[in-house]
Amino acid sequence: MKLVLVLFGAAIGLWAAAPDCLSCHEDKTAAKDSIHGALGCNGCHADIQAFPHPEKQTKVNCSTCHAGGAAELAKSVHGGPTGPSCTSCHGDAHSILPAKDPKSATNAANLPRTCAGCHGNAETAKASGAPQVYAIYMDSIHGFALTKQGLLVAASCSSCHGSHGILSHRNAASKTFRTNIPATCGACHGGPLQAYTAGIHGQKLAAGAANAPVCISCHTAHQITRVDTASWQMKTTATCGGCHKNQFTTYRDTFHAQVSALGYDQVARCWDCHGFHDTLPASDPKSTVSAANRIQTCSKCHPGANAGFVKYDPHANARDGKDYPALHVASIFMNLLLAGVLGFFALHTILWFFRSRTGSK
Amino acid sequence: MTDVNTEEHYYLRFSLAQRLLHIAIIITFLGLALTGLPLRFSTHPWMQGLARGVGGFGAVLFFHKFCALALTIVFVVHVANAAWRVVVHKEYGLIWGPRSMVPRLKDIQDFFGNMKWFLHLGPKPKFDRFAYWDKVDYWAVFWGMGIIGFSGYAMWFGSFFARFIPGSWLNIALLIHGEEAILAVAFIFTIHFFNTHLRPENFPMDLTIFTGRLSEEEFKRMHPEEFDRLKANGGLEKLIAPPPPPWMKNFSWSAGAAAVAAGLVMLVMTVVAFLSD
Repeated sequence: MKLVLVLFGAAIGLWAAAPDCLSCHEDKTAAKDSIHGALGCNGCHADIQAFPHPEKQTKVNCSTCHAGGAAELAKSVHGGPTGPSCTSCHGDAHSILPAKDPKSATNAANLPRTCAGCHGNAETAKASGAPQVYAIYMDSIHGFALTKQGLLVAASCSSCHGSHGILSHRNAASKTFRTNIPATCGACHGGPLQAYTAGIHGQKLAAGAANAPVCISCHTAHQITRVDTASWQMKTTATCGGCHKNQFTTYRDTFHAQVSALGYDQVARCWDCHGFHDTLPASDPKSTVSAANRIQTCSKCHPGANAGFVKYDPHANARDGKDYPALHVASIFMNLLLAGVLGFFALHTILWFFRSRTGSK
Repeated sequence: MTDVNTEEHYYLRFSLAQRLLHIAIIITFLGLALTGLPLRFSTHPWMQGLARGVGGFGAVLFFHKFCALALTIVFVVHVANAAWRVVVHKEYGLIWGPRSMVPRLKDIQDFFGNMKWFLHLGPKPKFDRFAYWDKVDYWAVFWGMGIIGFSGYAMWFGSFFARFIPGSWLNIALLIHGEEAILAVAFIFTIHFFNTHLRPENFPMDLTIFTGRLSEEEFKRMHPEEFDRLKANGGLEKLIAPPPPPWMKNFSWSAGAAAVAAGLVMLVMTVVAFLSD
């Protein structure tokens, strides 16, 4: 309390002296409108106590007041002598505005451009391991909503990465460390987080599985697009198939996949049957593909699906003689039939051709 | 246009109804292949282009089902007609004998005889109305329509069929439908085309299936056994027909050439897609 009173007293006293500073430094008049306007010039330029002042001053130290931010920054990826200074992000020292001011460099809507000051630069972007990050973010649903539509609820850089205390995604304390990502995204996407946590992917992550997918495994980090577009949905089978390779292969043998490959989007892809955030293994009675729920799931597209119908296996594998003996035998039979008939008649045709050419007698 | 006065006689081999059914089979089969191949090879860019050309998947499936229904009607008409002729008109010759499609001992003898002829080990066999390869053609298509048709309808009305057969049969249905269709496409567009049209004796095309008639020379050369028998029992006179008029020949050439060309294009696409599958 005492400190505040002292600062306040100093501020009043100093602004009385301010016109003196501005009479020389008239280009700094705007400082009065900045968030720091009330502090007066030597609120920051603390070593100047009288006029004339020495030619050289010590560098303004923001951490005198902003100790917390400075400490976080020091430990972050941006810390150290080569890292950005306070003004790199907050803008010109004399016209710093509070983040909620739409004109502030750190306002959510302006932040992508502010960060792009370095990360939009091809070399920096490459050095930080995320080339194109600015461009792809701006095309993402977050970037579009925030910067084109002005929807301030959309994720800006700091929503996921934090601000002063940005840590590498390899650092276990980082908001973008793999196991922390569901909580980071879930800060806004509460419903999906709840569903994900209940689903097998969330369960596996909680159990410490190294290969359990998190939000960005399927949605990507910076490139996130609307999930209700056909163009995104057409890619999802390959996304799931990236991990579920066998299921992807067997799916591709089915009519569902054939139709999908022709660009028709009104056809079952992985999540139409399995769900997505709360997906569960078929052995779980709550799963959409459990024995008890299968009729209901298939009925979404196939009205009249019945107990016999759901015995159809959307992942049947003709190459697997152990689990699919009938299909396997049918496959071998068809292959032999094709090879036999075509081979036999190919020979017949070739012989006939040469015999005919030598004359029909 | 002095064909009428030439000495060569023409004889009727196929009735108008049979010729029309063959044209219907050509159109529906080409339609089914055109719309079925993109589904079977849906990841191949050529086939995807073909599907886009037809109008996307919705149109592909619509035309596939449309042609399937039309071909089913052809099949039913053919079988019903054959049954009618046997049961009502008592034409038992359709079931057994030289005029029947049912294989008999002579076909096996002809096959081995033809093999000997291929290898210059014997004379050319005297074929009857239907040579053994004609019967193979016929029964391949007959079997194919049954297998592909049944598996197709089972998938089309999956939830209905699943009341009587286990759903896992639908997996087998798709496999058989696709593989049998590839066999049909490959067989028709190579073996049938060669046996009937493209082999040196008939090149480039045997028009009989379109005009319905063949010349005396063709008759004697291709079906000597039938010719001799009909000549002996007096049946030949009844088959004498006027030569095919120019419009009929032109139509036959156009329709036949278009069908063969379409088939060969699809054959190339199938082979390319199959090899990269």
